[in-house]
Amino acid sequence: MKQFAELFMNLDRTNKTNAKVELMKQYFLTASDEDKLWALTLFTGRRPSFKVNRTMVKEWAAEEAGIPMWLFQESYHSVGDLGETISLLLPKSKVDGSDKSLTEWFYYLGMLPGMTDEEKRDHILQAWMQLSQHETFVFNKLLMGSFRIGVSQTLVVRALAEATETDSNVIAHRVMGQWEPAGTTFEQLILDKGENDNASRPYPFFLAYPIEGDVSGLGNPEDWFAEWKWDGIRSQIIYRNNELFIWTRGEELSTEKFPELHFLSEILPNGTVLDGEIVSYMDDKPMPFNVLQTRIGRKNLSKKVLEEAPVAFLAYDILEVNGVDIRNQTQQQRRAELEMIHEKAPDQFIFNLSPLIDFKEWSVLRELHTLSRQNIAEGFMIKRKESTYQVGRKKGDWWKWKIDPLSVDAVLIYAQKGSGRRAELFTDYTFAVWGEDGKLVPFAKAYSGLTDVEIGQVDYFIKRNVLEKFGPVRTVKPELVFEIGFEGINESSRHKSGIAVRFPRILRWRKDKKAEEADTLEALKGILEMYK
Amino acid sequence: MPAQSLLQFTGKSIYCAVANAHIDPWIPVDRAIITHAHSDHARWGSKHYLAHKDSEPILRLRLGQDISLQTVEYYEKFVINGVTFSLHPAGHIVGSAQVRVEYKGEVWVASGDYKLENDNFATPYEPVKCNVFITESTFGLPIYKWQPQHEVMSEIDNWWRQNKSEDKASVLMGYSLGKMQRILKNIELQDKVIYAHGAIYTLNERLRQAGFDLPELTLVTKETDRKLFRGSLVLAPPSVDSSTWIKKFAPYSLGYCSGWMALRGAKNRRAVDQGFVLSDHVDWPDLNTAVKESGAEKVYVTHGYTSIYARYLNENGIEAGEVHTMYGNEDENEEEEVVQDISAGTEAYEKHKESLDDEVIIDTKPSPKQSQKEKSPSGDLGANTHTA
Repeated sequence: MKQFAELFMNLDRTNKTNAKVELMKQYFLTASDEDKLWALTLFTGRRPSFKVNRTMVKEWAAEEAGIPMWLFQESYHSVGDLGETISLLLPKSKVDGSDKSLTEWFYYLGMLPGMTDEEKRDHILQAWMQLSQHETFVFNKLLMGSFRIGVSQTLVVRALAEATETDSNVIAHRVMGQWEPAGTTFEQLILDKGENDNASRPYPFFLAYPIEGDVSGLGNPEDWFAEWKWDGIRSQIIYRNNELFIWTRGEELSTEKFPELHFLSEILPNGTVLDGEIVSYMDDKPMPFNVLQTRIGRKNLSKKVLEEAPVAFLAYDILEVNGVDIRNQTQQQRRAELEMIHEKAPDQFIFNLSPLIDFKEWSVLRELHTLSRQNIAEGFMIKRKESTYQVGRKKGDWWKWKIDPLSVDAVLIYAQKGSGRRAELFTDYTFAVWGEDGKLVPFAKAYSGLTDVEIGQVDYFIKRNVLEKFGPVRTVKPELVFEIGFEGINESSRHKSGIAVRFPRILRWRKDKKAEEADTLEALKGILEMYK
Repeated sequence: MPAQSLLQFTGKSIYCAVANAHIDPWIPVDRAIITHAHSDHARWGSKHYLAHKDSEPILRLRLGQDISLQTVEYYEKFVINGVTFSLHPAGHIVGSAQVRVEYKGEVWVASGDYKLENDNFATPYEPVKCNVFITESTFGLPIYKWQPQHEVMSEIDNWWRQNKSEDKASVLMGYSLGKMQRILKNIELQDKVIYAHGAIYTLNERLRQAGFDLPELTLVTKETDRKLFRGSLVLAPPSVDSSTWIKKFAPYSLGYCSGWMALRGAKNRRAVDQGFVLSDHVDWPDLNTAVKESGAEKVYVTHGYTSIYARYLNENGIEAGEVHTMYGNEDENEEEEVVQDISAGTEAYEKHKESLDDEVIIDTKPSPKQSQKEKSPSGDLGANTHTA
């Protein structure tokens, strides 16, 4: 545990990508195979659940620390991270560190699910006593997640590739998909040179960069494909060994969530992997994202939900044909393969191709771009015809050309402290516009979009202009105005404003505007009418 | 607050009406008793000041050579209109004091900022028995529990040694008044030459002139050969990390000494290579010890986690109230302090002024602070507007 806790703290401390890769590489070169596999499990977001109730853990910790629950909560609000709060509150550890390995600690945690609450308590208290403060923090992270330490999968893959001297595309593929430490070994998963039998394993997604400057900067229009950028869920559909798997971008196996697409198992040949977008689709055309949102996250897809928010798959790439990885073929070749597969499918509205836009001049595309919202698209994807299918976000071959967000000027009215890197700073804001009765109506929450310096300045203002406290939330003197951008707008009965905006974010701080000059709810409703 | 209270919280100071004296006023008054020389407690513009004698060099440096200042020793009693005052060691920084106020058998203590651990430079804290205790609560949450000083100091020693072996400069940030003297008195001085930023250099020189036993520092100037920084220790005030001044030390490792470094979030936000948890304020256990040892039946909690700590005391059988002051506040006050350190005019500073990069000063003035100041005339009337 010492070694892993040290890795964790060191990773946490540096912002430098190369330093992070080097730290992980050193770990992968020196840790035991078992530990490496567990570390990889954590780094790729596969932390197993140990079925502990966070509220109980908080109570046990408060009891150990000898403080009342409300003081525990106040401490938690200041620290912003539960695992860290507990590690700071527990009586100072007398030990220097634990000799148990990361793997042994996972086995220790693995005993929790079968225990009574009383046993769980003893089990966890025992652990806390055996660990140093840093280790307690890491242990709590293992116990309760969320295990975020600013290491992207790309970085883990790079470190692993360097440590094992394997091509990073190969590693990226190997760490994806369904696996768990109990069912495999580091040898099998990462070092296995032969064909892997993991039928469900998806390919890493190729992601686009936002276009810089004018589209004409891309050169000859004839070298490029353009498609609408759909506002749905990026997905890979895999059909191998007579089994269908649907993966979404967050690396989640979501096959059961889209029963409409299950018929693809009768259409696709074995050994096919498609890349595309799952969108809500009605009357032969895509619907806004919020329709799809009504069914995401639902455990039970009732008949009603399926009827009200049906989906379709808009395919735009193919990565595997007859079990052969074709990511190294050109975009044009892959498109041809994709069209062949689609042609063989019977007529229906659920498996579609994302159409290529017909254009010879950039000016045509520029004009069409203004019609994106009418087409329920977020703009264009522009792909180089000669490009291969790469791993992660790479510059040069795939570009996204998004429409400008909708925006209004709004007043900051509530603030809450952030967590992790931003604990102790007010970074979570609620914004309001003026209602008809001259009162401010909250309509959006936004966390991002300001520079660190601006965050500091806003925080300074908030701390001196608090009107009321509601738990962690502060009512702030309505004075600061920000331009809030968002991607979509819809009616909502759940919100006071009657409106829900999608992806709200701060575009800029309007220091030039007074609160009275912020926009009105009426203006917001006007935007809603325009895009309904 | 009933009018007959010996000390009152008037929104301008901690005020003793009978003596017509203000403790740490944040607006100019006739008679100001100053607990210590940090800029949020010692503000510019009062007619007469009274402070411990060890505070004098800094107070004159910051508030002006010609201020009317009376100094006293610890425990020395002075009587104003029948009220007996005395200063007692607070252990926060050099010259810091708790103000004991006695009238008709009732004793109040305004403790200013304080810590219990002996830092080998400031006169160590001593508990003072009282009826009413006024305490800070900068780190008044149970998550704050400091390690013993010697442990932190050997962390700094090791960090410097490690950087030295890698031929890197060790740039160590911390408050110029208090923290830096404490560091100099407790780390192992691995080199004869220790480099310092102008703000720290000036202060150190002033204290040395006044007879304090501190090592001589070497001011970093534009002319200093950059090669000399390799493996050296460079002392800097907080917030130089966002300046161009720091670039001249490359390759360097950046360390920061502050109680706030106890939290990962704060540490990561500062983006320093090494955070050292070192504070001149009481941590949670010591705060409770101090309250207990004061024997007070009533406690007023000022700057910091005021409402939280007041509630905690009330639940534990000690009557407590929260008081809003202009001290410390919830955020790190350090940036303001740097501005004031730098803008306080002194001969030593003037002499080397050209050699300081302007960016440091500019970077430490976020604009909302300015507008805040403009809006409240009772706010900070400090050294920003003052040039000697």
